[in-house]
Amino acid sequence: MSASVGPDNDIILKAEGVGKVFPGTIALQEVDFEVRRGAVNVLVGENGAGKSTLMKILAGATEPTTGRLLLRGQQVSFQSVRDAARQGIGIIYQELNLCPNLSVAENLGLIDPPTRFGFDIDRTRQVEKAKALLARLEHPIDPSRLVDDLRIGQQQIVEIAKALAADVDVLIMDEPTSALSAAEVDILFKVIRDLKAHGVAIIYISHRLEEIMRIGDYITVLRDGRRQADALVEDISVDWIIERMVGSTKLALQEKASRLGGNALTVQGLSLPRAAGGFLVDHVDFSVQAGEIVCFYGLLGAGRSELFECLMGLQPQAVGRIEIGGRDLSGLSISDRIKRGLVLVPEDRQRDGLVQTLSVRANLSLASLRRFTRFFSLDAASEKSEARDMIKRMTIKVSSPEVEVTALSGGNQQKVVIGKGLMTGPSVVLLDEPSRGVDVGAKAEIFRVMRQLSDAGLAVIFSTSDLKEALGYADRIVVMSRGQIAAEYSRDEATEAALVEASTAAFPAQERLVS
Amino acid sequence: MSSEALPTVKSDPSKRRRPLALLLMSFRTFIALIVVFVFFGVTTPNFLDVPTLIIVAKHVAVNAILAIGMTFVILTAGIDLSVGSIVGISGMIAGALLTRGIPLDVLDVTIFPNVIETIAISLGVGAGVGLINGLLITGLNVAPFIATLGTLYVARGAALLISDGATFSNLVGDPNLGNTGFPFLGSGTLLGVPVSIVALVIFAAVAAYVAGRTPFGRQVYAVGGNERAAALSGVRVNRIKVCAYMISGFCAAFAGLVIASELVAAHPASGETFELNAIAAAVLGGTSLSGGRGTIAGTLIGAFVIGVLSDGLVMLGVSSFWQMVIKGIVIIAAVVLDQMQRRMYRRFALEAQLG
Repeated sequence: MSASVGPDNDIILKAEGVGKVFPGTIALQEVDFEVRRGAVNVLVGENGAGKSTLMKILAGATEPTTGRLLLRGQQVSFQSVRDAARQGIGIIYQELNLCPNLSVAENLGLIDPPTRFGFDIDRTRQVEKAKALLARLEHPIDPSRLVDDLRIGQQQIVEIAKALAADVDVLIMDEPTSALSAAEVDILFKVIRDLKAHGVAIIYISHRLEEIMRIGDYITVLRDGRRQADALVEDISVDWIIERMVGSTKLALQEKASRLGGNALTVQGLSLPRAAGGFLVDHVDFSVQAGEIVCFYGLLGAGRSELFECLMGLQPQAVGRIEIGGRDLSGLSISDRIKRGLVLVPEDRQRDGLVQTLSVRANLSLASLRRFTRFFSLDAASEKSEARDMIKRMTIKVSSPEVEVTALSGGNQQKVVIGKGLMTGPSVVLLDEPSRGVDVGAKAEIFRVMRQLSDAGLAVIFSTSDLKEALGYADRIVVMSRGQIAAEYSRDEATEAALVEASTAAFPAQERLVS
Repeated sequence: MSSEALPTVKSDPSKRRRPLALLLMSFRTFIALIVVFVFFGVTTPNFLDVPTLIIVAKHVAVNAILAIGMTFVILTAGIDLSVGSIVGISGMIAGALLTRGIPLDVLDVTIFPNVIETIAISLGVGAGVGLINGLLITGLNVAPFIATLGTLYVARGAALLISDGATFSNLVGDPNLGNTGFPFLGSGTLLGVPVSIVALVIFAAVAAYVAGRTPFGRQVYAVGGNERAAALSGVRVNRIKVCAYMISGFCAAFAGLVIASELVAAHPASGETFELNAIAAAVLGGTSLSGGRGTIAGTLIGAFVIGVLSDGLVMLGVSSFWQMVIKGIVIIAAVVLDQMQRRMYRRFALEAQLG
């Protein structure tokens, strides 16, 4: 592990023994990482392996707890992203960082606009600069168009152009292809080769292993916050990467479903069109039986969250048939779907799950207030006692149901959100990434509760991008990719390699070429 | 389980400092109320006499009723700027109904509704303006500030149009028409207590019950605290918001009737800038403009602080210009303290969590 591959004099940026500790978790531990001039330096790892933390440290967005950074052999410490940018490090985030209300040219000139004598912005020159940048990317987008009017793929191109607007020596790309069509990926790769030829060092983060094999030069694999392996891309294969990413440690398998009932949820032809064309959820059919735990595995942006949102009625444009107990739910409001026995534990619990201003008790009862209503008022006594029962059942660590929910740790907050769903007495429970931002102990408890629910005859559906969770806890695994169901495995058939391959497989390019 | 540090007051390692400091902070408005009472009791002769206190309470009643309605709106993270205009228009409608009736030209007759009906119609109009506010905000997605700013102008204009800017005076009614008794609302008494104070007590009690003990109240808090989470929990967010604005409109209309009844006259400019007093009372009472936090009791105390302060300063002979300066400082201080308390609470909660 210690001997680095490739000549040392090409190293422009180097992380030595870098570590990062967050309250309660160690995100990164003693990681060495070398970034070479004129090469694509690939960084891979599962979700939570520490890729994004390392990337943020390199880009100056956060400071490492331990270790040091060397830029061109000199020790540096970046105060901010701006500071890092001044020293030649650029970053393209996965989420777009553009101002949708400004034009393409204005976005490209945002940091350092061309001025006339330092006073007002020279619009002509700004547009010319933008044109030149976009021409370099072979994307003649009209610089005067509003970013909001562009398709996501085009916005991504603008984002890349923005990074190129500043002269960079090191360019960090975080999943740059996740929103691009096959044709756009080809153009991006051309640009990357062009940058390489100019001596720019590229740090390339991606889940798409085939892309890595195409474009990468050096690869570093992170696992559980540590550097797991590194190699020259030409020496290795996709299987090698998967093996290093996943490791051999297996989670203790939970017992299987005891017995299955009839179909609890049947979904037919569920689709959600994307504003820019194509589908976020693309004609999905599946069914889940009572007493079964089904996992939807896939990469970020595979359409799992959108699928769950369609089921719950959060996406009014969704079409298709959603049946619970033989009755079609499509077109019903959220509260009617809850009444029919469906609940969703959302992915982002701060945004969609919790009411931060309310107590644990009030959060737990929020979805089932009807049940506690006597004439006009809430029956405080029965609300409180049921809240206490749920706190016990979910093993929520809190001294009293009256504590404000924000005082709890992430794992306990997640249990509150799940408890809220269970209080409605559902027959089908959807959990979108239930273990995100949750410590190991709480994670195990959450999955234990899921098994209890399925034993009690509920249909449990969860999504994850963690292979171990998918293999360890589900009776059946459905792999999603680009809004479609790519593959489906029973627990006995599923292997890590099969899941990774199915989730990264590129679909035949859809009609998404540049207009 | 028992040995773990749980997020609670009792398990906090920094012992007694936290409860006391937090307790003082959370009762700050109440403490402020006591302070102003004591201050004026000492400096102003007769301030604590019962007749004086009743006059102060009558002054407070109108603003407090407005502020109670406003609290529901602010709890949903909205704002209602139209309440002052609703005060004006509800008084004008009552005035018009009592003096001019409803002329039915086709039949060549004029209907004079009795006082109860008059009051009901005025309250209905107030709730109707609230309904329009709510529909603009939820259905047409207009920002609450803008939607209610619009209805502020429209309702005020309509109030002026009713009489072409004139005042309806001498609203005592006519025994022959069977519409007497309107002044009772503003100057009558029940068991020796002025009707407007009784009304305030009823409004406050009902509002506190609705906010604290009903599913509707809980949903109001949830919508203001996190609209997306509330919606995902099956709360019909739009319906809750519309109801909140209707409650606010209803309260404002009632306040308008009390004023018209007290004066035995309806003036179209009545209630101008009252919306700001109502917002100030709610905020002073700890209602957060970002929604989800606040109580009816707090608002009530806030309204009393403002009312006692302004009446006391008048009795002290402080000029009205200085009164405005002082009122402004008090409001800003209240919000600053509110932020301090929030930060303190968060820090203690975090400490408790870390053990």
